[in-house]
Amino acid sequence: MSELICIVCPNGCRLTATVKDGKVSVIGNKCKKGITFAEEELTAPKRSVTGTVRTVFKEFPVAPVRTDGEIPKDKVLALAALLGKIKIDAPLSRGDTVIEDILGTGVKLILTSDIKSKLTEE
Amino acid sequence: MIYRAIVIGGGPAGLQAALSAGEAGHPVLIIERESRPGGILKQCIHDGFGVIRFGEKLSGPEYAERFIDEVQKKENITLLLLHFVISISKEKGVFVVRTTSKEGITEHRSETLVFANGCRERTSRQVNIHGTRPAGVLTAGTAQYYVNLMGALPGKRCVILGSGDIGLIMARRLTLEGAEVLGVYEAKDKPGGLTRNLYQCLTDFDIPLHLSKTVSHVFGEERVEAVEVVSVDENMCPLAGTEEIIECDTLIVSVGLIPENELAESLGTKMDAKTKGAIVDQNMMTSVNGAYAVGNALHVHDLVDYVSECAKTAGEHIAGEKREERNLLPIEQEGLLYLVPQQLDINSLKEEEVFYFRSACEYKKGELKIYRDGEEIYKKKYAMGLKPPEMEKLKVKLPPLERETRLKVVLEGKNE
Repeated sequence: MSELICIVCPNGCRLTATVKDGKVSVIGNKCKKGITFAEEELTAPKRSVTGTVRTVFKEFPVAPVRTDGEIPKDKVLALAALLGKIKIDAPLSRGDTVIEDILGTGVKLILTSDIKSKLTEE
Repeated sequence: MIYRAIVIGGGPAGLQAALSAGEAGHPVLIIERESRPGGILKQCIHDGFGVIRFGEKLSGPEYAERFIDEVQKKENITLLLLHFVISISKEKGVFVVRTTSKEGITEHRSETLVFANGCRERTSRQVNIHGTRPAGVLTAGTAQYYVNLMGALPGKRCVILGSGDIGLIMARRLTLEGAEVLGVYEAKDKPGGLTRNLYQCLTDFDIPLHLSKTVSHVFGEERVEAVEVVSVDENMCPLAGTEEIIECDTLIVSVGLIPENELAESLGTKMDAKTKGAIVDQNMMTSVNGAYAVGNALHVHDLVDYVSECAKTAGEHIAGEKREERNLLPIEQEGLLYLVPQQLDINSLKEEEVFYFRSACEYKKGELKIYRDGEEIYKKKYAMGLKPPEMEKLKVKLPPLERETRLKVVLEGKNE
């Protein structure tokens, strides 16, 4: 039996999940998403990750990014280290792709703020 | 030129209030002191914003920029950046707002006014921490500004005081940026932040949470060298003999947010000691006719979705043509930490009214009841429990109310 907190939405349901014969049964969930969350959390936990990457623009020295979906939890720290090595040199827009495939997960890394509109014209 | 509304603050509350107030084409002015709109969301790069409003998990900048884009499309909404409001007055029914900026002091006039100027952080000097004043003691919001907007790490070995959401989110953020978070200390016996943040920010990274413990002393001359932590009793008084020294270079305090209301108070707005914001009716109008308060200036929200929602309520009321005299009915309350709105204008009741509340303490089960002259007119059960950090929202169909009606909202909690 595992005590989990569902992180799908702000309700933060307290889940009690039991695995019996390879099947997960869940109590404490307010919606169906809680069941999926508990199943994944006990077998292959995933997280969305947010962070910043450096840019070459002095008006906007770091730009925020996030995973466009979730990546395996055990790759979170590796992604954090990878973000430290990236430097954006193009005036990208919000939603633009920064990494096409994060560490072989098939998940994209996207920019979450518009760089273009924040640059002062020279 | 007299604007239909002047909105003070260009964060999520102000942007939404302006969009709604300008919906019918009336001229609206947003006054923002920073060089960019978006308010605190600019630095809240974590996700989870907009789940209720958009059904998506957005980061703070994404959420804010959706509204900024809308505002910039509207020709009737003017966004004034790098302008700081220095005084407000009401002259012959018109609000006069004075700002200072590079251009000097200027005056702006409007029929209505929206306080959307947010809240500020309580600092280490407001929570009785003794010792020296070295570099390395910062609020969680300042640490967040350093890391997320400047790209600078404020320290390598951090102790966090306070388990509110910003403290928890910064614990994770600093860890991901390569700093070591030695622990989160909370003077109360219950954590302050949302449960899911405890799980995804602390548990995920094996960061210990110490309840009923606080930071009592800071050591260090130039830079923080250590802090002293101490256990506290239920009245948050330190217990002698429980002191412990923790070597660190940074102390981050996340010990609460206080609505900013100096401007609203200068106008004579009546305040609620519980929310620390203005007393409002269901249209978010304060005790001063034509002046509204929304967002974290009204009360500190845990979700931005509700910030936008109450700003929309105010904006729609401003855009509406009906301007009848108000007839205000105060609402009595029991068992609640607070209730918003605190009064109802019975001349402008809608089909349903929205209430926001927090429970006075943590309950495993609860029942919220509304009484009119002692008779129960509404009941809602909370089988999954209630916690003060998690705000609840109610939509209630109210029966006709009179000026003499006694309206009372009561929360009965159980912990068996």
